[in-house]
Amino acid sequence: MSSALFQYALRLGDDRLILGHRLSEWCGHGPVLEEDIAIANIALDLIGQATLFLKLAGEVEGQGRDEDALAYWREETEFRNLQLCELPRGDFGFTVVRQFLFDAWSFHLLEALGRSSHGKLAAIAAKAHKETRYHLRHSSEWMLRLGDGTEESRGRMQAALDELWPWTGEFSYQDEVDRALHAEGVVPDLAPLVAPWEVMARDVMARATLAIPPGPMRMAGGRFGRHTEHLGHLLAEMQIVARSHPGARW
Amino acid sequence: MTAPHPDQWPLWEVFTQAKGGAPHEHAGSVHAPDAELALQNARDTYARRGEAVSIWVVPSAAITASSPEEAGPFFDPGNDKPYRHPQFYKVPKGGPRD
Repeated sequence: MSSALFQYALRLGDDRLILGHRLSEWCGHGPVLEEDIAIANIALDLIGQATLFLKLAGEVEGQGRDEDALAYWREETEFRNLQLCELPRGDFGFTVVRQFLFDAWSFHLLEALGRSSHGKLAAIAAKAHKETRYHLRHSSEWMLRLGDGTEESRGRMQAALDELWPWTGEFSYQDEVDRALHAEGVVPDLAPLVAPWEVMARDVMARATLAIPPGPMRMAGGRFGRHTEHLGHLLAEMQIVARSHPGARW
Repeated sequence: MTAPHPDQWPLWEVFTQAKGGAPHEHAGSVHAPDAELALQNARDTYARRGEAVSIWVVPSAAITASSPEEAGPFFDPGNDKPYRHPQFYKVPKGGPRD
């Protein structure tokens, strides 16, 4: 179980580390001061969640790697995040749509994971779920205002949704890691979470006057280390300080 | 009152309550297009480190303020009438103003 749990904690930790980093790129560039602060807050929440999941991963692995070692000293192919999380931040509309899709999925996943038979995992999920409820409220409100907004804002939101929707196919990807842990009651089956997630997403999109694009979902890849060309650039920036000054403290 | 900048969202005054039963006190202001986002912006700006258990937001335009030029006639008459101050009584300690 421990190797499966290591992988699982990496997946959830990496989702939040990478998306948190993407959000942090808005710091100082937000559309208005208040939203700049809000995005930075959410980024910090996600990075805090990543810290907990990666710390757990390091403990489970038992090789002496802590959360910093896992965040800063792994290569691109060792990252297990969803590809959706690593896509460049785009315009504010793209950031909002991605955040909403991710928050809505996290809301359902973390709620179910809060019932894990693994005490520590359940506790991390419960804490993260509480934060996610606020993230979801924030991103949902922006979906409504920008979707059902001006011609310009609606156009940008629809373009972002058309681009992002196919990537959500990876949310419910499962393999032997999930199956091994699910059999022991440690993690939920993801399949039953898809319907309530989609109901929530479609409801907000309908109220935001946005249309869900038809068409196939993309192939999964992130969960076994296959990434877009964007992740390498992100990691180069995220990891350079830690790698240039190993063990530095301030 | 200053006219709002045409590109700016309306201004909202933020009041935060530090704990249940305490008064809501003015914390500052935020810009927001509507009440719900004003509440969220206030939460992120003034309560992100756990400073509050409750927040009020009020459109700044809804506040009627006394005028600084009129401060003299408005407030001075209250300053020279000691009989209006209950200073001959001992105020119990532990009250909300301690």
